[in-house]
Amino acid sequence: MPQNGVSQTQDLENRRAFLGKFASTVFAGMVMGGAAVKAEEVKKPLQLPSQAPGGPIQPELEYEDVLVRMQRELEAAQQRGVTPKWVMVIDTRKCVGCHACTIACAVENKLPPGVVYRPVIEEQIGEFPNVSWRFTPRPCMQCDKPPCVPVCPVGATWKSEDGIVDIDYNACIGCRYCLTACPYQARTSDFGDRWTDGTPGQGKMPYEELPMFEYGKEWKPEGHKSPVGNARKCHFCRHRLQHGLLPQCVTSCIGRATFFGDANDPNSLVSQLIHKPNATRLKEELGTEPRVYYLV
Amino acid sequence: MSRTVGWILFAILALVGVVGVFLRFTSSRDLAAYGSYIPWGLWVATYIFFAGLSAGAFVVAVLGHVFGVERLRPVAPLALAIALACLGAALVTVWFDLGHMERVLNVFLRPHFSSMMAWMVWLYTAYAIATVLALYGLWRGLPSLTRIALMVGTPLVVFYPGAAGALFGTVVAQSLWHSPVFPILFLFGGVLSGIALVTFATVFFSRKDKDYTDRVWLLGRITLGLLLMYLLIEWAEYSIPMWYQVGHEFEALMGVLFGPYWFVFWIFHLSLGMIIPILLLALWPRNPLAVGIAGLLASSMFLSVRLNLVIPSQVQPQLEGLVNAYRDRRLSYTYLPTLFEWSVVAFSVALAIAIAYGVVWFLNREKKLEVTQ
Repeated sequence: MPQNGVSQTQDLENRRAFLGKFASTVFAGMVMGGAAVKAEEVKKPLQLPSQAPGGPIQPELEYEDVLVRMQRELEAAQQRGVTPKWVMVIDTRKCVGCHACTIACAVENKLPPGVVYRPVIEEQIGEFPNVSWRFTPRPCMQCDKPPCVPVCPVGATWKSEDGIVDIDYNACIGCRYCLTACPYQARTSDFGDRWTDGTPGQGKMPYEELPMFEYGKEWKPEGHKSPVGNARKCHFCRHRLQHGLLPQCVTSCIGRATFFGDANDPNSLVSQLIHKPNATRLKEELGTEPRVYYLV
Repeated sequence: MSRTVGWILFAILALVGVVGVFLRFTSSRDLAAYGSYIPWGLWVATYIFFAGLSAGAFVVAVLGHVFGVERLRPVAPLALAIALACLGAALVTVWFDLGHMERVLNVFLRPHFSSMMAWMVWLYTAYAIATVLALYGLWRGLPSLTRIALMVGTPLVVFYPGAAGALFGTVVAQSLWHSPVFPILFLFGGVLSGIALVTFATVFFSRKDKDYTDRVWLLGRITLGLLLMYLLIEWAEYSIPMWYQVGHEFEALMGVLFGPYWFVFWIFHLSLGMIIPILLLALWPRNPLAVGIAGLLASSMFLSVRLNLVIPSQVQPQLEGLVNAYRDRRLSYTYLPTLFEWSVVAFSVALAIAIAYGVVWFLNREKKLEVTQ
């Protein structure tokens, strides 16, 4: 018991001493005007096993996240001084059909009803009990030989140097010839519909008043002004690329199933992926040379 | 009596049309049934329908003034009035179809000549000028001007409907359109329907001079020949892709023949637009009433052919399962024109009648020509 009493007294003194030191440290910190107070470095370096018996135990510790790698490669591509050749790769084996990319794209580009840039096609394959699902996200293919471009009577759409097929919303007359010409039906027409059409309430919701920034310009939703009345489609988030950001569908993919990068860089992730034997493209037989590859 | 009934019918048509156009400008395209997966609907079909009628009517004037078919010369003013009226209706209809009607002049200001649509615009502009000059020559009593305008218009009247056919035929993505027979179909279809319309107008609205019966007989014979020729080309259009009963084209054409809108082909096109006119023209070639009704049926029912050229190819999904990937009424593979779309077509028809009537009335008033009764 007495031993206990001594021990308790010592504990109390230690606690007082600690609190005293802590208080003076805090006070010093206040007096020093918020200057950083560094604690002593006690981190031990992480020791990884040199060789795992059956492969890497924790691969995430050895490999860089593909998003980080793609971001790094994107910045490098834009600093190389050579026009990048943008390519998208979609790993259908990794896609879980969550539609996050579809939604993220709609939010990024403030898409109205009936306008969709990246739907995910769901197909059930086989019959019970041998059933599986296939998910095929379908952005614009940014074809190297785009059938939608030569049909435009006013030249309001073209293949840009980096491979993205652009649309000039202010020149498009809304004839929808390009919609009929796209073999992937990647173009939709903006009919000016609003999400709140036909709903009770005070008219437009605040999110419907927000501008969007496609092709690096600010487009405010005003009556029948463009892009209402125009053909619209995916542009690999050109406005994000201009600010060094990956396309929104790539960033939002929960399964890391969509890859994006510069195919002119032989060391880029996409360059490595598109030259694999399981890389394929939609409707290859048409000769449109899509820039979207699928890993199957 | 019949004149009063005609005016009442025209007034109803015009009234419906004005309501349709009012809705087009006020509600934009909310009320139309076409969308993004079937981008072209009734208005595009009506546009090529009227464009074809115009070309065919022009050919009658060319036959009379350029190829020396004397018997047809007296109907040239009427034919040119119809050609101008139908061209106007065609252009107005397709103008209503644009998402940005105010930018229509872009087709002239910044033409993109890789596009078949740009070629078509420029060809029918030249054609419209030729038609107006030919009419001007008739009005001012300048036969040489009329003749030159018609001569210049002759190649245009071949290339312009051909270009309309090529506009569809060059689209690789649309398996039913992508066929070398399309420009030929459009050319012969246009000439057939236009001459049939002039035949109808000649029977019921032209002056009954001594050559009237012979003229009607000749127009009837030409219409009959063209009907038979069109059937032959149409046989090629349907039989070649369908023969071995496999492929997308086969499925699409099966949809035309036995799908939910089978009656457009079997009733409106084949029965009313082809077989009955052929029988009328073959059995009573010298009966103006029979020839006139045949002309009316062959020309008006040709809209069903245009609908079956434009719509069925688009009904086939380009990617299986796309329709379920993102649901919206604009992302659908079914299409039935709405009353609103039909009301705009009513406006175009009323406009065509008004222009034709106006031109004929003007020529009659000037007493330069006695065009009609």
